[in-house]
Amino acid sequence: MKMTEKDCKGILVFAEQKKERIHRVSYELLGKGKELAAQLDCPLCSVVLGPPDMDVAELIYRGADIVYHITDPMAFAAPDEVLYEQNLVRLIRDVKPEICLFGATNFGRSLAPRVAAKLGAGLTADCTHLAIDQGQLVQIRPAFSENILAHIQSTAYPQMATVRYKEFNEAPRDTNRKGQIKAMEAYVSDNSPVKILEEIVKEDFDIADANVVVAAGAGVKAKEDLKMLQELAELLGGKLGASRAAVEAGLIAKDHQVGYSGNRVKPSIYIACGISGAPQHIAGMKESGIIIAINSDPSAPILNIADYAIVGNLYEIIPKMIRKLKNMKS
Amino acid sequence: MRIVVLVKQVPDMERVKFDCEAGRVDRSSAGTEINPFDLNALEAAVSIQEQLGGKIITLSMGPAAAEDALKDTIARGADESVLLSDRRFGGADVKATAKTIAAAIKKLGGADLIFAGIQTVDGDTGQVGPETAGYLDIPHISNVDFISAYSETDITVVSNVMEGSYVKKSSYPVLITVTKDINQPRLPSMKRKLSARKAHIPVWGYEELQDYIREDEIGLQGSATKVKRIEVPPAVTRKGQVWRENVEEAIDGLVEVLKKAKVLEV
Ligand SMILES: Cc1cc2nc3c(=O)[nH]c(=O)nc-3n(C[C@H](O)[C@H](O)[C@H](O)COP(=O)(O)OP(=O)(O)OC[C@H]3O[C@@H](n4cnc5c(N)ncnc54)[C@H](O)[C@@H]3O)c2cc1C
Ligand SMILES: Nc1ncnc2c1ncn2[C@@H]1O[C@H](COP(=O)(O)O)[C@@H](O)[C@H]1O
Repeated sequence: MKMTEKDCKGILVFAEQKKERIHRVSYELLGKGKELAAQLDCPLCSVVLGPPDMDVAELIYRGADIVYHITDPMAFAAPDEVLYEQNLVRLIRDVKPEICLFGATNFGRSLAPRVAAKLGAGLTADCTHLAIDQGQLVQIRPAFSENILAHIQSTAYPQMATVRYKEFNEAPRDTNRKGQIKAMEAYVSDNSPVKILEEIVKEDFDIADANVVVAAGAGVKAKEDLKMLQELAELLGGKLGASRAAVEAGLIAKDHQVGYSGNRVKPSIYIACGISGAPQHIAGMKESGIIIAINSDPSAPILNIADYAIVGNLYEIIPKMIRKLKNMKS
Repeated sequence: MRIVVLVKQVPDMERVKFDCEAGRVDRSSAGTEINPFDLNALEAAVSIQEQLGGKIITLSMGPAAAEDALKDTIARGADESVLLSDRRFGGADVKATAKTIAAAIKKLGGADLIFAGIQTVDGDTGQVGPETAGYLDIPHISNVDFISAYSETDITVVSNVMEGSYVKKSSYPVLITVTKDINQPRLPSMKRKLSARKAHIPVWGYEELQDYIREDEIGLQGSATKVKRIEVPPAVTRKGQVWRENVEEAIDGLVEVLKKAKVLEV
């Protein structure tokens, strides 16, 4: 059965939870969703899949009018796209929202297309803006290494999009807000063809939350030399980032990579050391507050997007900076 | 064992020029290549085939020129290729692309394993893989950077989702999307290159797929999203202060900037 414009109403935000902690992108979607709902004069709903005793009132405090809480003691403890999809598709067919929003997390980017396929809906990936035009959702996403912004509209219902983390402001928290929580047992909770055997626990390094990033590029020649960058980062209360060239040269782990196929960062200060400024690198850091570049090549493209740049040898400049900062501190 | 690998021919994004006024990639400014992540998908298939045997079929939807990309996949280890090409497939969004690919896989008689790249460097949605699995009604595992085990009946992989690494095991059929970290694609051998040149790549248009998909499900007509407008974002203007000669002065200047930004507080 195909959904048409006439039967669809309301906005549905998928709230991603892990160990009953809701991903912050969900609050950002509720913040934006509230604005869109006001323009469309429709309710803002959220759906969360988790154990029955999970506290989901936070989604109401963050602006949801109705929270659909699909419950199962076990099924949603691990990221099983098939089970999540089967439950979401059933809910969406019942609730018939006109708009469905997912965070463009790794899980959201994996789950949303499955749901869209099952519904025969369109899906726009990685949106950075959303707007309403004549009652329709306009989904805006960067394309071609962020050179252009495409304005996309869906021609089928629901209108679906995944939205990038840290693009919108989180909905403010209001513990006096009232809303409805509709808890329901999972439609489907077993028989997934995929078995999740275990979660490998890794060191928890997240470059995305750093206030200062000191990033190493191919201009940094040896692993040893990272020590001075690390020292500079520590003096500024920051973390080490890297270009793909530095990661591929084996200088540093992939978690540190900034860019199109790495992490997107938005620190207040970004210091690019020996990074040329390829579009794929810039895509991941261009929204930083202040961009500082240290590069020996006066024609390096990074200089065009830097607020402050030093044309020179990083092996001379960084030790001098460290010395100066240390002197100031003592 | 039948393994299908989804590959797309894309412009070389490290060289391609961008026409800001027209808001599009100037495709004549650079050559084409196989989407880099799809080479990782192919390599994963080849290394499994080396142990288990079976057949690898690469599948691509695109213009006639994409035949070159498919020949390259044969040089790199694929046994057969099929090119999905028809003017009526043009203008396809993710939905129409995934449905057309799914129809072709059905016509091939299905697959035990399907590999796709995590994303393309031009379309860059990362959605074609999971949607294809959705339309085939089979499971998928995404963002896979490690294959731990496989057999004639199932595969175990590490999938990076929800800020974690999960070991997932699936029976066949299953579709897997891979990252660059999963392997190092090998180069084609001289011998395979020569035989690839002579390989015949069948081209399937809508006629060949009509038992599996309706004409209103392909191309522009089968798409559920439309690009309404392309906007070229204004170049962000940054302060752009550059120090060239005097390093001491430059460092003093930078320290002032850091002070003002309040990142020097002890
Ligand atoms: C699909 C795709 C995805 C990609 N994803 C990413 C990504 O996520 N992140 C990313 O970073 N890249 C990515 N890239 C790669 C990107 O295109 C560039 O190749 C890469 O960013 C280059 O890294 P770099 O600037 O460190 O190295 P280079 O381009 O080699 O630049 C090194 C710079 O260091 C300078 N230098 C050398 N010695 C010194 C010295 N002693 N003192 C000061 N300066 C010095 C040089 O002048 C030069 O400008 C991607 C590419 C593709 C095609
Ligand atoms: N036209 C196509 N033909 C074959 N495979 C494709 C095509 N487009 C995308 N794919 C596959 O789907 C993956 C994700 O692509 P995308 O959703 O465009 O980012 C790619 O890495 C390919 O494996």
